[in-house]
Amino acid sequence: MGQVNIERLLEETKTVKEMLKTCIQCGTCTASCPNNEFMDITPRHMWRLLLTDHVEALFSSKSFTMCSSCYYCTLRCPRGIELTSAMSLLKQSAAKLKLKKFKRSSLFYKSFLDSVESHGRVKEMEFMTHYFMAMKNPVIPFSYASLGLKLLSKKKIQPEFSFGGKGKLTALFKKTAELEG
Amino acid sequence: MEYLYYPGCSLEGTSAEYDISTRQLMKTIGAQVTEIEDWNCCGATAAESISHLLSYVLPARTLALAEKMKGSKEILVPCSACYLNLRKTEEAIKKDKDLLKKINTVLAEEDLVLNGDVTVRHLLDILSNDVDVDKIEAVSQMKMSGLSIAPYYGCQCLRPFAVFDDPEDPHSMDKLIRATGAAPFEWDMAAQCCGASNTTTKPEAGRVLVGKILTSAKGADAIVTVCPMCQMNLESQQKKISHEQGIDLEIPILFLPQFLGLAMGKSRKDVRLDLNLSKTEGLMKKTA
Repeated sequence: MGQVNIERLLEETKTVKEMLKTCIQCGTCTASCPNNEFMDITPRHMWRLLLTDHVEALFSSKSFTMCSSCYYCTLRCPRGIELTSAMSLLKQSAAKLKLKKFKRSSLFYKSFLDSVESHGRVKEMEFMTHYFMAMKNPVIPFSYASLGLKLLSKKKIQPEFSFGGKGKLTALFKKTAELEG
Repeated sequence: MEYLYYPGCSLEGTSAEYDISTRQLMKTIGAQVTEIEDWNCCGATAAESISHLLSYVLPARTLALAEKMKGSKEILVPCSACYLNLRKTEEAIKKDKDLLKKINTVLAEEDLVLNGDVTVRHLLDILSNDVDVDKIEAVSQMKMSGLSIAPYYGCQCLRPFAVFDDPEDPHSMDKLIRATGAAPFEWDMAAQCCGASNTTTKPEAGRVLVGKILTSAKGADAIVTVCPMCQMNLESQQKKISHEQGIDLEIPILFLPQFLGLAMGKSRKDVRLDLNLSKTEGLMKKTA
């Protein structure tokens, strides 16, 4: 966890804890999760850790970043809790607090949104290039090269880049950040 | 039949064939679609992973632009992720007036206002509820008979908003497939997750999910999808997974309107099968 202040984590996760207060720990979410085999902390366990303020343990695992938003847990939760949204809130907290452990997934989402802010729409090639550059890992791009070339040859992605300056949706992004604090 | 049209970013790029075949199919069945002017990205799963408010503001901008359009008050959306985000915003502002106020404070930056008087509908909802299936049957003349087609719905057109199908056991594609003369392949993976962006960020995990779907589809002649993310994952990973598992899991993956277009007399070129990543050449040879 490094220097992350537990008080800050608790503060940051207050909303999601509030959402989960009616959780009965039945485990339907875990049983329904297509990604549970890749998690060292299961969804049910995540909610338990949140409710008992064990946030440090919760954020010591990348399990919640495995959520692929299939909404089975949300659909089936007998308490009607919007669990997929709860997962998103945890991802937001990790990005907001710039937790090192979550750098890769936070950068992936951030690079995507940078492209959207610039053009109003996502330009896949620009987004992936930003992501690779931000990751500062020269090996990562190679694992995507074969698919990238295939998509390029079918003209499904195009080299298109913005060079800073005011983006198409910058005013909206700024105002949103201002309201969200 | 008249609809506003929101293609979304994928349909402008990696899923261009979904856009082309959707517009073509709507024309064939006599429906008019008008693209929303200056629409923007829905935020996909990226916005909600970074900012709660932004995940509503991005779809809200498009909805506000749609409200300014003349004619239809219904938006046709082919991409399941776009559909979910636009629908999520449509539903949320009905209940949460504070959220609507916040959204409108942001949209005021572009002199836009969201009122909430347009309805968001998935392509599959429109095809299975508004379109006369007899018309498809009459035009196709059972052209696809002999084929077994696996309907793959994925997640986000079904969940969390159970609007037009059973989110646990969907069947809305069956009658459309039958109308072409083909038989819907019976399987239990129709509504399972393809791994979504995990296939990019955690490829080992993503490939396990795609592998389960492809393995279950053994015996079908093709899979049809209604989601660009599902389509991309099922197509782009099948060679690698076949190699890793040492079994041939390669299978043609078509967008539903490509398949229906072919059935209704369009050529391979018309529905842009050349843009698909999976091999589709042998498909028509299997028709009876």
